[in-house]
Amino acid sequence: MLDLKNVSKTFYPGTVNEKKALVHFSLHLDPGEFVTIIGSNGAGKSTLFNAIAGVWLTDEGKITLDGQDVTFQSETKRAKMIGRIFQDPMKGTSPSLTIEENLAIAYSSGRRGVFRQAISKRDAEFFRETLRKLDMGLEDRMKVKIGTLSGGQRQAVTLLMATLVTPKILLLDEHTAALDPLTAEKVLGITKEIVESRKITTLMITHNIASALELGNRTLLLDNGEVALDLKGEERDSLDVEGLLHLYRKQKGQELDNDRILLS
Amino acid sequence: MTNQLLGATELGLVYGLMVLGVFITFRILKIPDLTVDGSVVLGMSVTAMISNLGHPFLALFAAVLAGMAAGTVTGFLQTKVKVPPILAGILTMSGLYSINLLIMKGSPNVSLLGTDTVFSLFIGATGVSKHTGNIIVGFLICALVVVIIEFFFRTHLGLCIRATGDNEEMVRATSIDTDRMKWIALAIANGCVGLSGGLAAQYLRYSDVTSGSGTIVIGFAAVIIGEAVCGRRNITVGFISTIVGSVLYRVFIALAINTDFLPNYFLKFITVMIITIALAVSPVKEAITARKNKARRLKENA
Repeated sequence: MLDLKNVSKTFYPGTVNEKKALVHFSLHLDPGEFVTIIGSNGAGKSTLFNAIAGVWLTDEGKITLDGQDVTFQSETKRAKMIGRIFQDPMKGTSPSLTIEENLAIAYSSGRRGVFRQAISKRDAEFFRETLRKLDMGLEDRMKVKIGTLSGGQRQAVTLLMATLVTPKILLLDEHTAALDPLTAEKVLGITKEIVESRKITTLMITHNIASALELGNRTLLLDNGEVALDLKGEERDSLDVEGLLHLYRKQKGQELDNDRILLS
Repeated sequence: MTNQLLGATELGLVYGLMVLGVFITFRILKIPDLTVDGSVVLGMSVTAMISNLGHPFLALFAAVLAGMAAGTVTGFLQTKVKVPPILAGILTMSGLYSINLLIMKGSPNVSLLGTDTVFSLFIGATGVSKHTGNIIVGFLICALVVVIIEFFFRTHLGLCIRATGDNEEMVRATSIDTDRMKWIALAIANGCVGLSGGLAAQYLRYSDVTSGSGTIVIGFAAVIIGEAVCGRRNITVGFISTIVGSVLYRVFIALAINTDFLPNYFLKFITVMIITIALAVSPVKEAITARKNKARRLKENA
């Protein structure tokens, strides 16, 4: 479904601030794979998402999405195939528009005819059904401005918006990090439900190692713009948080040793 | 006095669509668009020239198109040349000064005395009095445009424009080209402004190249007055409030000047004061509440 071949990106090249964010990065995802991504700050997790989403163009390599070469495609063009959710619940919705208007923007942007009514009766009914599945009582508040909802509710609606038209790939960038533990769990539950029932190819960044192992069927550990660990199948199933932390430290430890050698 | 108030109402209706244009950029797109000072005169001069050729309706239609073209230029500067929004408006506005002179064949003002206008044609056809005729025509045109704009902002495209002003990043994430949305909104807004300028030329029976200066400030004042009176419940109320605000603004000014308390040339100063006071209401309220709270808590803690 998604193929990154030798993708590199360097920020501020040639200056003292030069940062190699992705280094000859390759990754292949099969359709329906649900991959969790962990890694320390600056490991290149968000850079990877930006590269896939086309926020800027990469320096090297090739990106293919569902058989289509998107390496040089603009962000707007790629957005048709990509659903993306950020950490900040305020980022994913338009506060002064109502719940149904927000959903309508996500729902019909892929369809033709700009001058038709934004929300038909059938659309409204469909939105109501979809909202009901969240079990947050939002189906009765469709005409309420979304800015009045809580962060968790907004994030849940954002999730619906990103998947209303099934995307080729779903990018979740720590989308529960700003929520309280109970709400975060609820939103994760909804995520799991949607992704698994509709077999959406998904990449999810998280700092919660337990949910990184529990959700999905593959886990990547990124470090310095490279894949440090790629866990799947039995190896992943047998691993617990402790075991992964051990592997993680081992990885980091080696690097520390290397640094020490360099500095001494 | 009655005559003056009637005149103020007429002027309010004539400039109502200018306020509607300001509302679209200022409140929906959330970009203060200074093109208005230029595009209102553009509408005036285009209308003056074509009306004098004997085509009052075609003249207004051309004014809309000219205004939209001006908005497109500002949109181009903002989105493609990446000029900051306020500067982009100023550039277009300044450039339009020369263009307006070009349209009026180099003369700073053109008179429409003795020419047919939509107002004179209506009054001639129905036989109503001058004031009544002017108000009916002004009201009908405002109502028609408000209905069209209202319909437009209910469509999918309109919804996307509203969301662009609200949360650009989210709109881009749903594969909508926000640059294009801004472009369309600026064109529509300045189309309204152009039409308003056209009506003004036919109503005042002249077009003057300097008559646009300060229009944007009047627009802001009228938007704020309209919202103070009608509230900010939803977008439909918002559109209607622009016309209400425009009329009320002219009435206030007429009253202020009529009291002989301030001389005529204080018009702009009064306008600025209206805006400043309206904008000051909420911070002043907040400050008063904070002060009261502090006094109460100091007493409680003592």
